[in-house]
Amino acid sequence: MKKPIIEFSNFTFKYRSQTEPTLVDINLKIYEGEKVLIVGPSGSGKSTLAHCINGLVPFSYKGDIHGSLLIKDKESKDMDIFSISKLVGTVLQDPDGQFIGLSVGEDIAFALENDEVSQEHMTRQVVDVSKLVGMEENIESSIHQLSGGQKQRVSLGGVMVDQVDILLFDEPLANLDPATGKLAISLIDRVQKETDTTVIIIEHRLEDVLHSDVDRIIVVDDGRIVSDSTPDELLSSTVLESSDIREPLYIKALKYAGCAITAEMNPSHLNTLKLDDCKNKLIQWFEATTQNEINEKASPILVLEDVTFGYEQSKNNIHNISFSVNKGEMVSIVGKNGAGKSTLSKLICGFEKVKSGRILFNGEDITKDTIHERSQRIGMVMQNPNQMISKHMIVDEVALGLVMRGVPENEIKERVEKTLKVCGLYPFRNWPISALSFGQKKRVTIASILVLNPEVLILDEPTAGQDFRHYTEIMEFLVELNHNGVTIIMITHDMHLMLEYTPHAIAITDGRIIADSSAVDVITNDTVIEKANLKKTSLFDLAVKAGIGNPKEFVTRFISFDKEVRKNGSGNAFIY
Amino acid sequence: MAAEMLSYIERKSPIHDLSGVTKLIIFLMWSTAAMLTYDTRVLLFLLVMSITVFIISKISIRDIAFVLIFILSFLLLNNIAIYIFSPQEGVKIYGTSHVLFEIAGRYNVTLEQLFYQLNITLKYFVVIPAALLFIVTTHPSEFAASLNRIGINYKIAFSVSLALRYIPDIQRDFRTIAQSQQARGIDLSGNEKLLKRAKNATSIIMPLILSSLDRIEVISNALELRGFGKNKKRTWYSAKQLKRADYITVLMGGIILIVSLVITFHDGSRFYNPFN
Repeated sequence: MKKPIIEFSNFTFKYRSQTEPTLVDINLKIYEGEKVLIVGPSGSGKSTLAHCINGLVPFSYKGDIHGSLLIKDKESKDMDIFSISKLVGTVLQDPDGQFIGLSVGEDIAFALENDEVSQEHMTRQVVDVSKLVGMEENIESSIHQLSGGQKQRVSLGGVMVDQVDILLFDEPLANLDPATGKLAISLIDRVQKETDTTVIIIEHRLEDVLHSDVDRIIVVDDGRIVSDSTPDELLSSTVLESSDIREPLYIKALKYAGCAITAEMNPSHLNTLKLDDCKNKLIQWFEATTQNEINEKASPILVLEDVTFGYEQSKNNIHNISFSVNKGEMVSIVGKNGAGKSTLSKLICGFEKVKSGRILFNGEDITKDTIHERSQRIGMVMQNPNQMISKHMIVDEVALGLVMRGVPENEIKERVEKTLKVCGLYPFRNWPISALSFGQKKRVTIASILVLNPEVLILDEPTAGQDFRHYTEIMEFLVELNHNGVTIIMITHDMHLMLEYTPHAIAITDGRIIADSSAVDVITNDTVIEKANLKKTSLFDLAVKAGIGNPKEFVTRFISFDKEVRKNGSGNAFIY
Repeated sequence: MAAEMLSYIERKSPIHDLSGVTKLIIFLMWSTAAMLTYDTRVLLFLLVMSITVFIISKISIRDIAFVLIFILSFLLLNNIAIYIFSPQEGVKIYGTSHVLFEIAGRYNVTLEQLFYQLNITLKYFVVIPAALLFIVTTHPSEFAASLNRIGINYKIAFSVSLALRYIPDIQRDFRTIAQSQQARGIDLSGNEKLLKRAKNATSIIMPLILSSLDRIEVISNALELRGFGKNKKRTWYSAKQLKRADYITVLMGGIILIVSLVITFHDGSRFYNPFN
C-alpha cells in the first residue's frame, strides 16, 4: 500500500473577502507517485484547491481553514510557504507571466539563488535540470525567443530544480496551441516516470490531458468533490455532463450513435478503446445521418489581396496573404503561437499599416482608411477584457464609443439598451463592472463593440480560459449574432471551437496561408496539421478505428448532427 | 523604437565585458567627481574620458537618441532657470564682471555668467555618458546582482531590475490598449483639443492599470512559490566574476576621482577662475 503524500480531511476553506466557503468538507488522499487530474468548471474551487496544496492558501490568500491538510505528514497551516515550496513545485498557468529570469539558465536557477547555493554548484545543477526537460542546448537563450512549448519546459525546469516531491500544474494547456499542448502532456508524463514524483494537473481540457495516462480524475464542483475515480469509470458515468465539463469528442460520437459506454471498454484512450458491437452502431449511425447542405450564395464582405507587412523595414511578418470572407460567414483563423494571426487582425482593423497589397470591404478599397473609419465597419474584441474596460459602470462602458462619436443622447440610450438586451446584460446594466465574472466581462467588451454596429466582428481567442458552460454560452451568443447578419472572424487555438462553430477555416504558418478551406478539411489534413501545430480530431481516428471508409465525411456528419442537437437546445445531455 | 529606450543594448565591447559592479562603482565615482568639481580643466578632462569610453562601448548616439534629447531639453530648461533666478551668480563666484550687453534691471549678460553656466553644462555632459552606459551595457540579469553587491538590499535591487524589465511589456500593453480604444473612437491624436485628449487618456490608463495589476499578481505568486525572500541573502546566477580588467578599471577610476578632487580643492576654491 502506498503512502498518502497529500491528505485533506474534512477540509473547509473560506476566503477572508467572501461570505461563503469556497471549499467545503474536502476529503481527499493523493498517494506517492500518483498522477492525478483535477477537473471542474470555472468557480468550482479547483484553483483554490491547488492554492491550498502549494501554500498560496493560506499564506498569500488569507482566509479561515477548518479541518486538516497534511502534506508529507505535516499540517500545512503550521508550515510556511517556503517550506511548502520545497515539497510542492508549481507550474503556473500563464507561461509568460511566471518567468523571473531573462535567460533559460537564470530562470531555472531562481530557486537555487534564493537558497544561497554557490554560483559554481548552481551552474552544474542548472545543466542537469535542463537536460531533464530537454533544454540543454538553450541554456543561454533569452526566454522571449522561445516557442510556447519551450517556455513550458523552462517553467517545469524551474520547479524541478528544487527536487520537489509533488509537481502541481495549474492549467498547463491554457494559451498553448494544440500540438504544443500535446507535447507538454507527454513531457509531464516522461518527467514523472523518470523522477517518480507525484503529479497533480488542474485542467479543464480533459481530452487533451488524457493523451497520456492518468491514475485518477477528481471532479470538483461547487466547492465539493463530486467524483473520484479512474478515467475509465469517469467517462462511463454521467458526472462530466452534470458538472459542465466537455467530454472527449469520440465519447460524444459514441453516445450519439447510441452506444452505452462502460468502464470495461477502456474509454479513457482511443487507442485502448474496445469498440466491439459499438462498431456496427457507429456505422449504422453514420449511414443514417445526412449532412444538411447549407449552401447559401453570398458575396464577399472582406477581401485581402496580396497583403504584406513587417514590424521592421527589413523583415516581413506577413507575406502576400490573400483571402476572402463572405457576408454572414463564421471563420476561424488558426495556427501556432507567433504565426501572425494577431498581426493579421491588426492589419484588418488598421492598427498597423500594410506595406503592400489591398484590403477591400464590400468591394471598396479601405487600405488607406484610418482606424477610426474602419471601426465603423469592423469591430475588434481583444482576448483580455481587462485591456478594454475603462469605465466603472456597464452602461457607461457600452456607451463609450457612441459618446465619443457624438451620437445624440437619446439615440445612445436606445442603442445601448438594445445591445445590452441582445447580450443578455440588461438585468445587470447598473452594476459595477468589477462585480462581474470573467465571462460576463467578455460580454461587456463584445457589447461595447457591437453597439457601434460593425458588419464584421473580429474576436481574439473568444473562449480562452472559459469552462464548457461559459464556452457554450459565448459561442451560442456569437452564433445568434451571426444569424442576425454579423460576419464573425475568430482567432483561436481551440480545435473544438473551429470544428463545431466555424465552417470556414484559414490556417497560417510563419505569416503565410497554408490552408483556406472548410474546418473539416483543415483538421483532417496531415500536412496542414503538422505545419500549423494543430491536432487531428479524435473523431477522425474513431471513424478509422470503426472501419468507416470515409472518415472525413464522418466528421462532417457529426458536426452537422451536433449542430442540430444544440439547436434543439438539449445541449450536452442528449441521448440516454 | 520607443519600446527599446533605456534597455540593455547588446554589443561586443570591452565595456560590456566589465562586471556590472565595476560599472556601477565607476558611475558613482564619476558622478561624485563631476558633482563636486567646478574646475573647468577637470571637467574638460572628464568629458574627453567620457566620450572616449562611450566610443569604445560601440553604442551609437542613435541608440540612445530619445533619452538623450529628453535629458538635453532638461538641461536647457535648467540653464534658463539658473539665468532667470540668478543672473549674477557668475559675477558673485568669480568676483569680476565683464558685461557683454545689458537686458533690463539686474539682467545682463556677463562673461562670468556664461562661463559658470558652461561649467554646469559640462557637468551634465560628463555624467550623461557614464549613467547611460551603466544602464545600456549592463545585462538586466546582472543589474540586480550589481546593486546588491554594493550593499543595497537584494529585495530592493531585484524590484528595481524587475521594474526596468517590465517597461517594454507595459509599453506593448499601452500600445495595444491605445489601438483598441482608438477603434472605439477615442482620439488621442493632435486633432483633438488638449483637455479632451487628457480626458481620453484616462480611458487608456484604467485598462493599463488593471492589466498591470493582473501581471503583478502572477509575478508575485511566482516569486513566492519559488522561495524569493526566504533568507536574508541570496546568490546570483548571472553575477560576473571580477576579472583583472575590473580591478584595473576601478583603480583607474579611483585615481581619477582623487586627482580631480585634489586639483579642484588645492587652492581652496572649487572654481577655476580664468578672469584673474
